[in-house]
Amino acid sequence: MKNICFVILCFSFLFCLENKVSVDSILAKIDYNLNSKSRVLKSKMIVHGRRTSRTITSQNWIVGVDKAFTEYLSPAREAGTKMLKIDDKLFTYSPQTDRIIQISGHMLRQSVMGSDMSYNDIMEDKPLDQLYSATIEEEVLIDGRACVVLYLESLVDDLSYPKRRAWVDLEYFLPIKEELYAKSGKLLKSTSMDGIRKIQGRWFPTRFIFKDELKRNSKGTEWIIDEVEFNVAISKSQFIKSQLRK
Amino acid sequence: MINFLFKGLLRDRSRSLFPIIIITVIVAIIIFFNGFLKGLYNAMFLNTALVSSGHVKVVTSAYHKESQLLPNDLALLEVNTLIEDLESQHNTYFWTPRITFAGLLDVPDENGETLTQSPVFALGVDFLSDNSRQLEIWSLDKKIIKGKLPDTHNEILLSEKLSDRLNVKEGQKITFIGSTMEGAFTTYNYTVSGIFNLRMGPIDNQMMLVDIKGAQFALDMENAASEILGYENSLVFDDDQTVEMKEKFNINYSDSLDIYSPMMLALRDSNQMGAMIDFTDVIIYIILSIVLFVVTVVLWNLGIMNCLRRYGEIGMRLAIGETKSQVFKSMIFESLIIALIGSIIGTILGVSITSYFQYYGIDYSKGLDALTSSNIAMPNIFYPQVTNQLFYLGFIPGIFATVLGTMLASRVIYKREMAQLFKELEV
Repeated sequence: MKNICFVILCFSFLFCLENKVSVDSILAKIDYNLNSKSRVLKSKMIVHGRRTSRTITSQNWIVGVDKAFTEYLSPAREAGTKMLKIDDKLFTYSPQTDRIIQISGHMLRQSVMGSDMSYNDIMEDKPLDQLYSATIEEEVLIDGRACVVLYLESLVDDLSYPKRRAWVDLEYFLPIKEELYAKSGKLLKSTSMDGIRKIQGRWFPTRFIFKDELKRNSKGTEWIIDEVEFNVAISKSQFIKSQLRK
Repeated sequence: MINFLFKGLLRDRSRSLFPIIIITVIVAIIIFFNGFLKGLYNAMFLNTALVSSGHVKVVTSAYHKESQLLPNDLALLEVNTLIEDLESQHNTYFWTPRITFAGLLDVPDENGETLTQSPVFALGVDFLSDNSRQLEIWSLDKKIIKGKLPDTHNEILLSEKLSDRLNVKEGQKITFIGSTMEGAFTTYNYTVSGIFNLRMGPIDNQMMLVDIKGAQFALDMENAASEILGYENSLVFDDDQTVEMKEKFNINYSDSLDIYSPMMLALRDSNQMGAMIDFTDVIIYIILSIVLFVVTVVLWNLGIMNCLRRYGEIGMRLAIGETKSQVFKSMIFESLIIALIGSIIGTILGVSITSYFQYYGIDYSKGLDALTSSNIAMPNIFYPQVTNQLFYLGFIPGIFATVLGTMLASRVIYKREMAQLFKELEV
């Protein structure tokens, strides 16, 4: 009897270990696909408003998770507007006012260019395994593709989304669908991605869809990546405040 | 007969002058009191109408549903055309576009870096266009405590409390940070032209006033507005009229299938204003009824006293051969002449006094200082209101109460016994 109990205990331990390892590896693979040492991308954001849709094009320079620079190229009203993220600070510049303004406090919860994304969404792009602990809830098929449902809970305080649920494609290791929750469990935002392509050895989506679930009748925002290049050399001068006025 | 009665009244001043003075004073009091209550009623709702609701306002039905969130993406479009339609259909009202929005005000230091920031609640009001009456109805010239009124659409007025919080002075440049009608991030530079204090309690805590064009540029709302507000030309609020207007407009314009179709709201449709209006109506009706009852009793009593004082005269007239009916009729007729003269003079006096104060107002600022500082939005100067009602409201009780009093007292004529009469007169 003692031997049987010992064998069951060993199997349970191994099973838990295997589960833990697989969750960690899933998160690591997601982070590998979505983050890189540096990247430059051109994208367009299609904001589906309640009356009209607007397309905003921009170019981004990103180094790691702490530095990012965005320049809006069109439409005319937005062209020339620039945003700089350095560590946990976000600065914006608009040519109309010729002012560099730091976005802080409750302004970080405001929408970026009227989209369903907030400034906080831009700020919190650290690797998932640094921010969340994950558990596997179940395995499901979505459009005939094997996916695993991960439930993530925050490891650090003051995250915009303390809980999230991600449907991770087991071939691409990308969260093809996500639900982002408040601490109370209220659904705040949902996202999905498609157009997944292999770019420079990693699976990367070319279209994200964000939907702010608190905006009634929101039709969501599409973010389409037109060009992306990973691990390119970006000058340090790209991430200084004076660059905003150039 | 009329000549005879007139001569009697003129020769005996105690029968004419004193009663006429009393009736005149009472009728004038009724009229002024009613005008004062009407003015008070208007003043109570004018502040709400001024800041947020108008006497009526037009919005899209989608905006109305989410109005607490100031959803300018659901604002009215083609506003100029809609205002022209409203002006042609309701020419007893004047119409003005309004943009209500919120955001942050950012004050730069000498290097253009953020020095201070504060949330702001802003109103884009049509101050500068030709024929606009907004400067007049806001009475901003009296409410500006520093600086001057805006001359251009890039100039703004800040409330005293907000300017203290931001530590800005007139002439300083500040940046508005907010969202456009499309929801895009926007920044816009304004110059502070003046500091105001509306003296309406907490309403202007975070308030910024800007010309509508300045708001339209900042929020990318060309020919669009959150609301179109309508005010009665002489700023007299008539609840029944606004409700009727609303119903007619909504039948013609509102479309339940189109969430962007315009709909009209009466002042009573604003937050809890309906209950407030009904409550005020009842209170004013009760106060007015009590006052009317009291003064009617006084006039009635005057008629009775006037008649009883002439008890001996009545006896004498009966004794010399006048019939009871003739004496009764002459008493009533006399009283009617006195009531008519008193009521006419009283009405002229009452309306004149009310008109005077309608123009100059009654300044309660010292008395209301304590209330204002305790965050109750009350006007400091009350303006009584001359209405058509004033021309008959004092006149009717002035005549009827006096004549009824006389009729009641004159019943004694029919109770007099001739035998008793001769005994009383010691004939």
